[in-house]
Amino acid sequence: MRTARLIVTTCVLGMVIACSGSSVNGELLVSAAASLTDAFGEVESAFEEENRDVDVVLNLGSSTALREQILEGAPADVFASANTSNMDQVVEAGEAAGEPEIFVTNRLQIAVPAGNPGGVSGLEDFAREELLIGLCGENVPCGDFGRQALENAGVTPSLDTNEPDVRALLTKIENDELDAGIVYVTDVLSSPPGEVEGIDIPTEVNVVAEYPIAVLASAPNPDAAAAWIEFVLSEGGQAILTSYGFTSP
Amino acid sequence: MSRRTLRPPPLMVFLGSIGLAIFVVPFAGLLARVPWSDLLTLLADDFVTDALRLSLVTSLAATLIAVIVGIPLAWIMARLEFPGRSLVRGLVTLPLVLPPVVGGAALLFALGRRGLVGEPLNQATGLLLPFSTWGVVVANTFVAMPFLVITVEGALRNLDQRFEGAAASLGAGRWTVLRRVTLPMIGPSLVAGLVLTWARAFGEFGATITFAGNLQGRTQTMPLAVFVALESDRDTAVALSLVMVIVSLAVLVGLRERWWKAL
Repeated sequence: MRTARLIVTTCVLGMVIACSGSSVNGELLVSAAASLTDAFGEVESAFEEENRDVDVVLNLGSSTALREQILEGAPADVFASANTSNMDQVVEAGEAAGEPEIFVTNRLQIAVPAGNPGGVSGLEDFAREELLIGLCGENVPCGDFGRQALENAGVTPSLDTNEPDVRALLTKIENDELDAGIVYVTDVLSSPPGEVEGIDIPTEVNVVAEYPIAVLASAPNPDAAAAWIEFVLSEGGQAILTSYGFTSP
Repeated sequence: MSRRTLRPPPLMVFLGSIGLAIFVVPFAGLLARVPWSDLLTLLADDFVTDALRLSLVTSLAATLIAVIVGIPLAWIMARLEFPGRSLVRGLVTLPLVLPPVVGGAALLFALGRRGLVGEPLNQATGLLLPFSTWGVVVANTFVAMPFLVITVEGALRNLDQRFEGAAASLGAGRWTVLRRVTLPMIGPSLVAGLVLTWARAFGEFGATITFAGNLQGRTQTMPLAVFVALESDRDTAVALSLVMVIVSLAVLVGLRERWWKAL
């Protein structure tokens, strides 16, 4: 009974979307923040399921590196940034078509290797010199937010490395090469079970990251780009994103 | 006197010019962006001087290590018959082919805090390579040493061993033969190998950032500093790149004039 209803719903939904999105085709290049890697991977499958003529290519990296690519004229259709400042620079350079929209928000969390070998319990442990501490580089959103949180907590970190993006940082924590780092809640959730533990950062010092998305002015495929953003903002898209730990704006 | 100069075939010149343009155009692009008026101020920043110092120290250290262990390895490969020699030769060449990031990851899994060798090493001595300057040296050595090993091995194999035999028969000891006959005869190749090794180590990025991390004054070499600066301060990034180009070019051209006729 329930299955039947689900099938009917899916069909109707499928028809609606198939009709609305039938005109888009070709390759769609989405430049997205590294922290969106897994979530956008699933959004990609769902989107391609409904727009069979579109081939989505995800270009993932630090939002800062992606911004540089865009400003230097690398072709892309959509830019999804992990902070507003990188998007603002793209908008100021006249590279965004229309107003960016915030499509999700994210919070920071302390990540430690399974078993917490460094005995980390909060941001104040980031000052302990005997621990191996990593952050994202200060120009990368997660590094900027991480430093803001540490500053809010009044902690000067004893830092051992500035990783180029959040995934690189997380990989080193997963492999137990670092004792602690500051990443997004979504990264801790996405990491293979049993490799990383998340430690909450108190709300009063935590930082909320807003993720804006926009079609780019020089998008080779603006129609598909608009369809992608519509899909990301739709109920279905948001359901996928929140299942990865993001919050709807 | 010299032979009559042939008129160069136009197609060859045309294609060759395209080949040259592939090297020249990017540097022209870089030069076009150089903030000449602020250059000295930019280069005096400790972000730049720390990186330059670290790059020079680690690339020279890697070259030294390559001399100490790479030349014997080249000798073994050239002179000893042993099973699996071609496999060894392949292994030595591998870092030339692998993306440096893969090399960095492999180093991390082997020499990291929880690595195959790194964990017992850390427990026994407290030594921790990742996130240390030594880690940079190891990454540089891994990526750059093949240049020395391969060049020297090739030279040793092409060397007519009768010269060494003659010296030995005249009463020269092993050490004297090596010092007075073998090394002088492979001299040009040796220098070429050293220069290539140093140059590769000086430019190393992928294995370093993956294995040794990125911290100013400890592991942030010039290439890493360029990478960081590109995202925040383009002028500094261009200035750093210019320094790398000048230093590398000076060494490569300068040594080529004097020594590097073998390649």
